Amino acid sequence: MTASLTVDRLTYRYSDVVALNEISLRLDTPGIHGLLGRNGSGKTTLMSLASGLRRPTAGQIRLNGQPIFENYAATTEICIIRESGDTTAEWSESIEDGLAFARDMRPYWDEAYARKLLDRFELSPRRSVAQLSRGQRAKFACLLGLAARAPLTMFDESYLGMDAPTRYDFYDALLEDYMAHPRLVLVSSHHIEEIARLFEEVIIIDDGKLLLHESAEALRGRGMTVTGPATAVDSVAAGSTILSERSLGSTKSVAIYDAPATLAEQARAAGLETSLLPIQDIFVHLTAKRGKH
Amino acid sequence: MFDDRSPIYRQIADRIKADVASGALGPDEQVMSTNQYASFYGINPATAQKAFQTLVDEGVLYKRRGLGMYVSPGAREALIAEKRTRYFDAVLGPALDEAMAIGISADELRSFFNARTKRQDQ
Repeated sequence: MTASLTVDRLTYRYSDVVALNEISLRLDTPGIHGLLGRNGSGKTTLMSLASGLRRPTAGQIRLNGQPIFENYAATTEICIIRESGDTTAEWSESIEDGLAFARDMRPYWDEAYARKLLDRFELSPRRSVAQLSRGQRAKFACLLGLAARAPLTMFDESYLGMDAPTRYDFYDALLEDYMAHPRLVLVSSHHIEEIARLFEEVIIIDDGKLLLHESAEALRGRGMTVTGPATAVDSVAAGSTILSERSLGSTKSVAIYDAPATLAEQARAAGLETSLLPIQDIFVHLTAKRGKH
Repeated sequence: MFDDRSPIYRQIADRIKADVASGALGPDEQVMSTNQYASFYGINPATAQKAFQTLVDEGVLYKRRGLGMYVSPGAREALIAEKRTRYFDAVLGPALDEAMAIGISADELRSFFNARTKRQDQ
């Protein structure tokens, strides 16, 4: 059975700062889903609440209908891997000890797979965790997250400190393992361009509020760039939501959001070039602070 | 691997269609699985699934329960017929427009055409 995470008017306050403001959403389709937001938008707070590390100030967050905070049955179904060092930096124990700990803690732990990942990530089980480099520690943390095989698995900026080849190796491992063992995976990342192709659904939060939650495919189709002679571009784009525009001599390029279905055809008929806006660009446009208040 | 002119699932579907049209994928031949496509391209399996579903809807592929996706027997002919109907408007027309725009004469085009077709007839 696929896990379902239900968030209902969830609010979290740190003394006088509202980190999450009445967020409601539901995740119940197996898949690798993206949680996107700028720094301080509330991503980490949301994941902390989803893993039972914090108690909601108001509203509810439930796994399979059960509250998560201080609920052992729910939290054993959940694994969260936070930014590289966070969970493992102080360990003086070896990687081997870390694996033994995870084996005891994690009901779905796959030991053989964990060993395979050690090889793949070139980690020696005898090394002490405290002596690992930041990148190695991130690899070890991601290994723990994958091999835990938890029905709800969350990676919160887990691969900070990994170099690009290692990140790609992690994406490959994540995708392979997800396909072999479909489950609910929620990933937050600032490397949106790299990982967006893995996403099935995308959640964007901004200033503690839910900005959007939809399929990655649909989101990708919502933004379009139209490029060509300025007058032709202007006449095609008139009346649409324009996210940004730039000019080079008489050539103009505009990024349009939620363009009507006919716009691409119109543009091509007018001899203009069109392309879809990558999710990263849509994210940047939607969360950019426009001017000072 | 993908451009941003159209959705990824569309581009995957187009590649499979091109393989069917060229004969690289024969009639009743099995195509790779959704997961194999997802691994190869590093995309989420739902996207690959959507590409396959599009091709099933268009009659290019058919599904055998529990076995996978196969190329429909008449798909190649249908795709070629479709390409032929689009050829003059979508391919030759723009090429001729381009030739006119840069001042290539009808005679030059004719002699090129004759040379090409003669070579092919031999």
